[in-house]
Amino acid sequence: MSITTENGATAEAAGQSFGGVQARSSVALNAPRIAIRGLDFFYGDNRALKSIDFDIPDRQVTGMIGPSGCGKSTLLRVLNRMYSLYAGQRATGEVMMDGENIIAPDADLNALRARIGMVFQKPTPFPMTIYENIAFGVRLHEKLSKSQMDERVEWALARAAIWDEVKDRLDSSALGLSGGQQQRLCIARTIAVRPEVILFDEPTSALDPISTLKIEELIDELKRDFTIVIVTHNMQQAARCADQVAFFYLGELIEVAPAAQMFTAPRHPKTQEYITGRFG
Amino acid sequence: MSLSLSVGTVPGPRKDPSVAAALGRRRKRADLVVRTLCIAATLVGLAFLASILVTLTYRGFEAMSLRVFTHVTAAPGSDGGLLNAIVGSLIQALMGTAIGTPIGMLVGTYLAEYARGSRLGNAVRFVSDILLSAPSILVGLFVYTIIVLPMGNFSGWAGVAALSIIVIPVVVRTTEDMLQLIPNTLREAVMALGAPKWRMIVFVCWKSARAGIVTGVLLAVARVAGETAPLLFTSLGNNTWSTDLGRPMASLPVTIYSFAASPFEDWIALAWAGALLITLGVLGLNILARSLLRSRK
Repeated sequence: MSITTENGATAEAAGQSFGGVQARSSVALNAPRIAIRGLDFFYGDNRALKSIDFDIPDRQVTGMIGPSGCGKSTLLRVLNRMYSLYAGQRATGEVMMDGENIIAPDADLNALRARIGMVFQKPTPFPMTIYENIAFGVRLHEKLSKSQMDERVEWALARAAIWDEVKDRLDSSALGLSGGQQQRLCIARTIAVRPEVILFDEPTSALDPISTLKIEELIDELKRDFTIVIVTHNMQQAARCADQVAFFYLGELIEVAPAAQMFTAPRHPKTQEYITGRFG
Repeated sequence: MSLSLSVGTVPGPRKDPSVAAALGRRRKRADLVVRTLCIAATLVGLAFLASILVTLTYRGFEAMSLRVFTHVTAAPGSDGGLLNAIVGSLIQALMGTAIGTPIGMLVGTYLAEYARGSRLGNAVRFVSDILLSAPSILVGLFVYTIIVLPMGNFSGWAGVAALSIIVIPVVVRTTEDMLQLIPNTLREAVMALGAPKWRMIVFVCWKSARAGIVTGVLLAVARVAGETAPLLFTSLGNNTWSTDLGRPMASLPVTIYSFAASPFEDWIALAWAGALLITLGVLGLNILARSLLRSRK
């Protein structure tokens, strides 16, 4: 990556040009939706996250960046308890949402995952029709009549900016869509359940530039209604999408700040090195 | 990155074209030898197969007539057919598959979705693999002991039980293999919607693996359609028309077995016809299975 910036020097101005893209102009961060306190994570004996503390603001985009293996994806998978699928993975500490600790052993995982949806790196369409892909998640949590379900499916596909492309072939297999369409279908499937938080795990790393652009515009649009957390390897994507950026390194949260500040005046030298492309 | 050697100082002797050429000649000689051996072995194998198929086709078609499908087996010289054996084979193979498939699918699902790396799972997989390669006559004797002896007579049910025991490990293996091909991200995507695990398995995993599992079931049908040994001690065979599973039941392999060993020419001819029928059936099932697998890709 060839991002260069005269770090610090032009710090104060929000909306600063950065690596050829315009960083998001400075916005005040909203009240926290999720509060992470003293979070540790273990793969067996390996401590992958070390005493993480930070807040995820409501209905804004939090970008998580850092080199491979820094723990950013691990943290994402803590938020919807994805790690609980695997024996030997455990988290300790507090991840509070609405006064409840997400990582408490007695948490209702299915209810939690209805509230915190997730979109994966590679598109994961189910082997069924486009319509059924959307209806599948809704049926898990709600009893809807046929017409209500039709409305919900249309709403979700429209919100994910794919309705126009698929409205004439809702009954054909979702596996026939292109990669970019499949990813938007997965986003539609996630929002159809009406979660409060959506987690994106490098959602565009398997997509072409045009599809990437569509997904990024979509994320920008979705944050009016949803709290969004996105893991990305692409610094420019973080700059374009995120309101708040968190930088992880070797399992530690090095720095978290509003995006405009992070990309113009990072406080920590490690952050500075990473976002200017000197390692990672 | 820190390279201690510069590009100019590659370790080892200078590059020598004659050494490379000698190595190349050696490779070519080795290649020729191995290739000859492979081709020879293939030809030997194919020659046997071709001989069997040609003889079978020739003798089978010679003996084939409409009577084979319309008349039941009869005494030598009285112009019988194979109807009871064909129907008996269909009933036993299909019912054996119908009973063995759900059991095999559930065990395969347990192994792939619930017991990955667990002790019990490994033990079950080991036992199933042994069953897969166990001589089928053992299965026949086993069913003879637990069903035929207590009931006091040979029966179609005992034959069905024996065939279903043979079907189970075949379906276990294909189900587990096909489920393990499914990427974990797909499973995570289902779970991330807040789905319980059983819904993930039934609506997504089984659906994804469907073509593969169906293929395994078809291959299992093909396998049991030709089994003789497990039926000898269970459904025994029956020279009259009977679809009563409580009584001994005819089947193609057992009929072939007894007719082929008889001194009567018309019986031997019928055995050839039966052998051709089974072979064509198995061939058809295999082609169907392969085309299913291919359409999946």
